[in-house]
Amino acid sequence: MLGRLAAKRLLEIRQVFRQSPSQASRSFSTALNYHLDSPDNKPDLPWEFSEANKSKVKEILSYYPSNYKQSAVIPLLDLAQQQHGGWLPVSAMNAVAKVIEVAPIRVYEVATFYSMFNRAKVGKYHLLVCGTTPCMIRGSRDIESALLDHLGVKRGEVTKDGLFSVGEMECMGCCVNAPMITVADYSNGSEGYTYNYFEDVTPEKVVEIVEKLRKGEKPPSFNGLRVAYPHGTQNPKRIKCGPEGGNKTLLGEPKPPQFRDLDAC
Amino acid sequence: MGVGILASRAIRPASRLLRSQPSNLFLRTIVSKPELQSPEAAAVSQPEPPKNQILPPRNPVGGARVHFTNPEDAIEVFVDGYAVKVPKGFTVLQACEVAGVDIPRFCYHSRLSIAGNCRMCLVEVEKSPKPVASCAMPALPGMKIKTDTPIAKKAREGVMEFLLMNHPLDCPICDQGGECDLQDQSMAFGSDRGRFTEMKRSVVDKNLGPLVKTVMTRCIQCTRCVRFASEVAGVQDLGMLGRGSGEEIGTYVEKLMTSELSGNVIDICPVGALTSKPFAFKARNWELKGTETIDVSDAVGSNIRVDSRGPEVMRIIPRLNEDINEEWISDKTRFSYDGLKRQRLSDPMIRDSDGRFKAVSWRDALAVVGDIIHQVKSDEIVGIAGQLSDAESMMVLKDFVNRMGSDNVWCEGTAVGVDADLRYSYLMNSSISGLENADLFLLVGTQPRVEAAMVNARICKTVRASNAKVAYIGPPADFNYDCKHLGTGPDTLKEIAEGRHPFCSALKNAKNPAIIVGAGLFNRTDKDAILSAVESIAQANNVVRPDWNGLNYLLLYAAQAAALDLGLIQQSAKALESAKFVYLMGADDVDVDKIPKDAFVVYQGHHGDKAVYRANVILPASAFTEKEGTYENTEGFTQQTVPAVPTVGDARDDWKIVRALSEVSGVNLPYNSIEGVRSRIKSVAPNLVHTDEREPAAFGPSLKPECKETMSTTPFKPVVENFYMTNAITRASKIMAQCSAVLLKK
Repeated sequence: MLGRLAAKRLLEIRQVFRQSPSQASRSFSTALNYHLDSPDNKPDLPWEFSEANKSKVKEILSYYPSNYKQSAVIPLLDLAQQQHGGWLPVSAMNAVAKVIEVAPIRVYEVATFYSMFNRAKVGKYHLLVCGTTPCMIRGSRDIESALLDHLGVKRGEVTKDGLFSVGEMECMGCCVNAPMITVADYSNGSEGYTYNYFEDVTPEKVVEIVEKLRKGEKPPSFNGLRVAYPHGTQNPKRIKCGPEGGNKTLLGEPKPPQFRDLDAC
Repeated sequence: MGVGILASRAIRPASRLLRSQPSNLFLRTIVSKPELQSPEAAAVSQPEPPKNQILPPRNPVGGARVHFTNPEDAIEVFVDGYAVKVPKGFTVLQACEVAGVDIPRFCYHSRLSIAGNCRMCLVEVEKSPKPVASCAMPALPGMKIKTDTPIAKKAREGVMEFLLMNHPLDCPICDQGGECDLQDQSMAFGSDRGRFTEMKRSVVDKNLGPLVKTVMTRCIQCTRCVRFASEVAGVQDLGMLGRGSGEEIGTYVEKLMTSELSGNVIDICPVGALTSKPFAFKARNWELKGTETIDVSDAVGSNIRVDSRGPEVMRIIPRLNEDINEEWISDKTRFSYDGLKRQRLSDPMIRDSDGRFKAVSWRDALAVVGDIIHQVKSDEIVGIAGQLSDAESMMVLKDFVNRMGSDNVWCEGTAVGVDADLRYSYLMNSSISGLENADLFLLVGTQPRVEAAMVNARICKTVRASNAKVAYIGPPADFNYDCKHLGTGPDTLKEIAEGRHPFCSALKNAKNPAIIVGAGLFNRTDKDAILSAVESIAQANNVVRPDWNGLNYLLLYAAQAAALDLGLIQQSAKALESAKFVYLMGADDVDVDKIPKDAFVVYQGHHGDKAVYRANVILPASAFTEKEGTYENTEGFTQQTVPAVPTVGDARDDWKIVRALSEVSGVNLPYNSIEGVRSRIKSVAPNLVHTDEREPAAFGPSLKPECKETMSTTPFKPVVENFYMTNAITRASKIMAQCSAVLLKK
C-alpha cells in the first residue's frame, strides 16, 4: 500500500517534468546565460556599427556625460541589435564595450539581464505575444498556440525561411485591447526598424497578419506610411481603445473644475 | 506532502484499537506558540532587562584595533545598550564589530566594496520601520542598534531560509563542508526546518581554469568574487548574468581566470561554489593541522598557514598580515605545495666513477667532501646560496667558506658589484603598506605582477583608492591597472634624469612619488649608471624625505635581502670560472655551464632540479615547510618559518649540514645550536634576529659617491619569464606545470 502511495507520488513528480508543449520552458529570454560558440556567433568574428549608425552612436553618446559613457550601454545595444537583424552576437557586445570603454563582461551583464536583448538568432519578424494576466484571460494562450502551430516552431525557435519567430513579452500596456501581439521588424536593419502593436487579435487574425508579413507587406513605419493594414486595434468596430459602437462616455466637454480658473495659467 | 504523512494517514484506520496511544507517535504536529507568530508577540513574552544595568566592557571582534583618523569626528552609537565610540563614516556593522558583536553576513567583506544583496546582516535600529542592512547603513550619532531582538532574529531566520531554498544538498560532497559560512550561520542563526517543496534550480558549471573548481549550483549570488576580481585583482572577468533566481556568476564567454590572484576567490566564496581544484576531495578541514609560517616563493614573505595531515602538506591558506599581504596570496604561493612531494632528495649521494649517483651514509658523504675541500686552494672555493635559503644557513655557509680562506660566497641573483653597504639600496624603503600613500609610481625595469604579486596588489589598491598614476619603463608587459608605458630602456631613464621627458612634470607635482626599481637590473653591467640615474631622479623630485622615502628596490628572491644583510656578495666575476670546489646550497639558477669541468660540485638542496645534474655529491636538505628559518622580505621585515611537516628521508636542516661539514673539515664553527647561529647573526646583522619587526634603512642616498659610468642602450629585459615556474619547488609541481601550460598569456 505504501508502494501504491509511492508510485502515485512518483507519477506526480513525473508530471511536473513532463510538460505540455505550449507550456514548455516558460522562460522569457531567448538564450542561456553563457555563450556557446556557433559559426555565426563567435568572439573573433569582426563586427562594427554601420556608417550610418556610427553617427547615431555619436548622437546617443552625447546624451550622457562624457565621464559616464557606460550609461549609453542600453541604447547602443538596442541599436546594435537592430543593425544585426534582431539579435546580438558576442562580437557586437564586444564592439559596444569598446565604444563605451568598459570591460566586455559589464555589457554581457546588461544584455543577459534584459529579456528584450536577444542573444540568439530570431526571425526577420519577431512576433511577441503578451502573456500577462489581462491578456491571458482574454485568450493570449490561444493566440500563442495558434501562431506556434501555424508557423510550426516552438517558442524561441526561428522558422526555416528565417522570417518568423515567436516570443512571450510582459504587459505592453494594451490591456483594454487585449489580447495583442507585437511585431518587431528587423528586416531592414536599423533604418527600417519598427515595433508595432497589433491589438484585439484573434487566432485567425493573427495568422492573417503573419501571412501578410510573409508576402512582404510591411507593417507601417514610424512616419506613418499608408499601408494596406493598420497597426493598433484589429477590431474594425473599435476606434483606438474605445468600445465597439463608439464611446458611451466622455461624449461632451468635461465639467470644469469648480474653483480653479484654467485659462488663467 | 511526504510519503510519511500519507502513510501515517493510511495506517491510522488499522490502529483504531490503539487510539488510546498518544497521536504524536505517528503524526509530528507542529505546535505553534504565540511567540512564534510574530516578532511583536515574542517581544512581549520576553522579560524586560533590568534598567540601569552595569554592562561589562566589550572588546572589538577578533581583537581588532579601531583607528580614528579624526578623533574629533568620533560619534557615539549604542549597540545592544552598550555605548561605543566609532569614527564617522563607519557602518552599523562596523560599529557592532567595535562593540564586540559579530553580525552574520555573506556578501559583505571588509576589503571589498559594499553590495548589500545578501540581507543577512539585518539588525533592528530603533525608530526604523524595517530592519536595516547594517553593512550598508552608515552609523549616525545616537543610533540605537539592537542585534538580538526577535525582529533581527526573525530576519536572519527568514534570509537563511531563502538562501537555502535553491541551495543543493551537497554538504557531504562539498569541499567547503566544515569551513562553510552557510553551514555555520544556518546552525547559529537559521531555523531548523524549511518549507520549500518545489524543484530547486541548478546552474551549469563554468570552467575557470586548473585552479578554481566551480560548482555554480551552490552559488548564493553574494557577488564577492565579482567584486574581488574587478577591485583587488584588477581583471574584470566575472559578472552576474541573468536576473532573478536564474542568476549565474560566470564569464559569459569561456574565459579562464588568468589573474595571479585567482586563488583568493576560493577563500572569499562563502559557500562551496568556488573551491580549490587541486585540493578537491582530498581532506576535510578538521583533519588538518594548521601551522602558521611564511611563504618563500617570492621576496614578499606572505604570511601563510600550511595545513598538513600527517607528513603531507595538503594545502596553503593565507594569514592576515595588514602590512604585507593583507588577506591574499598569489597563486604560486597557494598551489605550489605539491612540488614538495616530487623530486625530493632524501639520501646523501656520491657520483660514482661511471657517472651514476650512489646513495651513501652521511658519514661517508661528509668525509668525502671534507677530504676534497682540503685539496683545493682557498680562493678556488666558491659557495653559492640559493634563492630559498634561510638566514641561518647562509650565515653558516659564509662562516664556513670564510674560515676555509675564501671570500667567494654569494647568493643567487646578486651579480658582481652589488653594493650591500647601505641597506637602502636594496630594500623597499617605503614599506609595502607605505605604498598605499604614494600618488605616483614609476616602475623601472620591474614587472611587479610576476615578480611580487602582493606588491602589485598593493599598487592596484592604491591606484583604485586614490587614483594614483603609474608609469613604467621596461619591456611591454601587462598590468591590471592603467599604466603609462614610457619606454623600454635606459634612454628613457636618462631623459627623465636630465629633465627632458614630459613625465618629469608629473614627478615634480606628485606629493608622494614612489620609484620601484627591479632587482633584475642588478645583473646588468651598467647597473651603477642606472642606479645612480634613479637616485638622481629621486633627489631632484624630493622622493626621499624624512617623512616619506619613495625610493624602493623590489627584490626577486626570498633569500636576497637576508643575503645582502649578511654580506653574501659576489666579489669577483671570474670566481665561478676558476673554481675548483663549488658548494651549491639550493642554487639552481646558477649557470651550470660556467662551472669548470674539473670542479668538484656539492649540491645541498631539497629538490633534484637543475644544478643537481652537475653535482658530484648530493646532500639532502629540508624545504621551507620543514625547517625553522629566518627570512627577510623585500621591505626589511624579518619573519620566521615554522616546521609544519617532518622532512623527507634522511634530509637535514641546511645549517646543520654545513656545521657538520665544518666539523669534518676541521674548521669547527663556534656554534652547535640554532640559538648559537642566531647570536652569530646578531653580531653581523642584528635586524635578522628581531623577528616580526621591520628595520628601515638608516641612511639615505646622499651618502653614495657619484658614478662616472655611462648607461648602455640595451633595453630592460623581463626577469621572470614564466610566473609559475621560478624556483625548485614550483618547477617540480604538477599544478604549476598545468597553470603554465594553460594560463600563461601566449
